Amino acid sequence: MQKDPNRVPGEPMTLNFGPQHPATHGTLRIVVELDGETVVKATPHLGYLHTGFEKLGEHHDYNQYIVVTDRMNYLSPLSNNFGYVLAVEKLLDIQVPERCEYVRVILAELSRIADHMVWLGMGALDLGAFTVMLYGFEEREKLYSIFEKTTGARLTTSYTRVGGLLRDIYDGFEEDVRMFLSTFPKTLKEVHTLLTRNRIWMDRTKDVGVVSAEDAIDYGFTGPCLRASGVDWDLRKAEPYSYYEKFDFDVPVGANGDVYDRYLVRMEEMIQSGRIIQQALDNLPDGPVNVDDYKISLPTKEDAYGNIEGLIHHFKIIMDGHGVQPPAGEVYCATESPNGELGFYIVSDGSGKAYRIRIRPPSFIHFQALPHMIEGGMVADIVAVLGSLNIIAGELDR
Amino acid sequence: MSEGQEVTAEEQQPLVVQKVQEQYPDAILDVSDARGELTITVRKEGIYELMAFLKSDSELAYNFLADVTAVDYSLMEDVLMKHDYARFTVVYHLLSTERKERLRVKVPVHEKELSIPSMASIWKVANWLERETYDMFGITFDAHPDLRRILMPDDYEGYPLRKDYPLRGRGERETFNFEEQNV
Repeated sequence: MQKDPNRVPGEPMTLNFGPQHPATHGTLRIVVELDGETVVKATPHLGYLHTGFEKLGEHHDYNQYIVVTDRMNYLSPLSNNFGYVLAVEKLLDIQVPERCEYVRVILAELSRIADHMVWLGMGALDLGAFTVMLYGFEEREKLYSIFEKTTGARLTTSYTRVGGLLRDIYDGFEEDVRMFLSTFPKTLKEVHTLLTRNRIWMDRTKDVGVVSAEDAIDYGFTGPCLRASGVDWDLRKAEPYSYYEKFDFDVPVGANGDVYDRYLVRMEEMIQSGRIIQQALDNLPDGPVNVDDYKISLPTKEDAYGNIEGLIHHFKIIMDGHGVQPPAGEVYCATESPNGELGFYIVSDGSGKAYRIRIRPPSFIHFQALPHMIEGGMVADIVAVLGSLNIIAGELDR
Repeated sequence: MSEGQEVTAEEQQPLVVQKVQEQYPDAILDVSDARGELTITVRKEGIYELMAFLKSDSELAYNFLADVTAVDYSLMEDVLMKHDYARFTVVYHLLSTERKERLRVKVPVHEKELSIPSMASIWKVANWLERETYDMFGITFDAHPDLRRILMPDDYEGYPLRKDYPLRGRGERETFNFEEQNV
């Protein structure tokens, strides 16, 4: 921080930013010490939305917990559902049918677009660009209609199941998604014309909240925030899961690690997600979406009503202590969620409920670096930096 | 750990195990490689040096600390027996972005000396992750720059993720002050 020699020294001022503030995007609080308009010290306070998700995991069975995962990153619940069941499936050591993996990938990428669209809209709104918010939410609305038709819910999707999905995609899903894919790049183009070379936007975002590549790794950054700092790291490429190695897509990498680069990286990621979805739709295999094992996945209605084994399994899988029971052991499974590495560490004692579930939340880890990014900057930049990190309070506090 | 096949033959040992054994002969208690995830269980003594070695060694280069958490094993008798009745285990998830390899380091911690060196000076990310572990389990981290509760209020009593802590909390509702309204 550079000191102006002509400045008259004044009393430092303490400002309470949040817990209720339009730009905090959830309930979080930062106590900032100001010297004029310069941030001298920032202390984040969190825990306002702490709901004990990890404790709940020890008291819910494996399929019940999917409902809890919806409430973590509530901008992209499908990605959480996806990451969680992958961890349980790794624990069970089962492979779900190919069609299921493809549908999961399509929905995870769609929710990445939805997440980034909201991020874009809200981030721009915080910096005064109201139009972009409307554009972003319009696109998200189209996606949420698809999600609603697929899962039955807009927000609390709970679509995945251990060993499969709630149900197959609806007739016409493909057309709806293709329709969306053909229109959303146009919106992105319009946003580019509104923001990318916009003088005000560049002044507000360039060289603001800079994180170097070394610092980004040291602070545990993942996802778009890490890539904006110039580190080429994407779990979909580095540790491919669910056939991501079959899809041809690029990983956008920034250079400066500032708010502007995080914006550009996210914009490009949406285009790349579109490419993945296009390929997944073109090659979408036929077949069942659930594993052919009634100890793990609910029987079909024909079996449940048609024969005694199906009926018994239909009840047993729901009954406490008779459902999905992975062998004792532990597993850590990380997926590339829209915000970064979403990891589930599950310890099983061989019963129907996890012994311990730990969620590695990207938002929590990114939020830690906030003081590092805003100290020495201007007070108005807090909003820009906070927006660029996409802190989701539900995931932050769990 | 109890699951998986233990790697016994010397030449089959993964690189990290070989190197750690060379550098710190007594440190490793157990090695397992279940579901493609390499786990080493190590002694608490000298853990700080070992973790610094894992990061700084040019061949291992575990430059990324993905997660720090703990598990309360008090209800899992077989694990307790294996680790000399150490109730807690601190779990580190390391990642080498260069080699694209992950490593889980587990450190059993006894309840009577519930502390472990802080890794915050090796990885900055450890700061909050250790605060959360302290908040939830009551494990203190020595030489931590700012060891306070993070998710629970500062005056909160008890450690919610311990196995003896009830799901619905302990006494909060009984002690909650309701103001009587005079209608």
